[in-house]
Amino acid sequence: MLLAKVIGTVVASRKDPGLQGVTMLLIQPLANDHKPQGKALVALDSVGAGVTEEVFYVRGREAAYPFMPREVPADATIVGIVDEWTA
Amino acid sequence: MLIGRVVGNLVATQKNEKLEGAKLLLVQPLDLQGDPRGVTILAIDGADAGVGDRVLLIQDGRSAQLVLGKGAAAVDAAVIGVIDEVEIHA
Repeated sequence: MLLAKVIGTVVASRKDPGLQGVTMLLIQPLANDHKPQGKALVALDSVGAGVTEEVFYVRGREAAYPFMPREVPADATIVGIVDEWTA
Repeated sequence: MLIGRVVGNLVATQKNEKLEGAKLLLVQPLDLQGDPRGVTILAIDGADAGVGDRVLLIQDGRSAQLVLGKGAAAVDAAVIGVIDEVEIHA
């Protein structure tokens, strides 16, 4: 899992049926000093995260698991909202 | 998922049989400023997208196979949405 900050929202009306009702958020990956690291991406939200929150997300096949048994095309999904971390 | 711009269509007469009938799009990933980033990616179209559309590009084999709907297939990228709006708060 990786750390990121939610920096925006994405809206798409015409999309794969599996994504109906699923929130899509723009996230910026973070280093463990809370600074941006790497390129922003779009992730699905499974925990009710909002803009400016620090979150963690999974990549790859596991990104679809939070939505099972629904079949959702997913390659990155937010699975937790961070209260705090120290590193 | 990445945000990208559809920059072209691709036709291939000779291809893997699972790709018969699939619409293939050339998608240029974009950065937050909307400028091109990285190489163009060839993706299955799962959102009836066309050239010029700003789209959501997923790079995951299982998801691309789900979009294609033909079971196990040699695909690794798909367009799964046409973007109406992106709001950036950072």
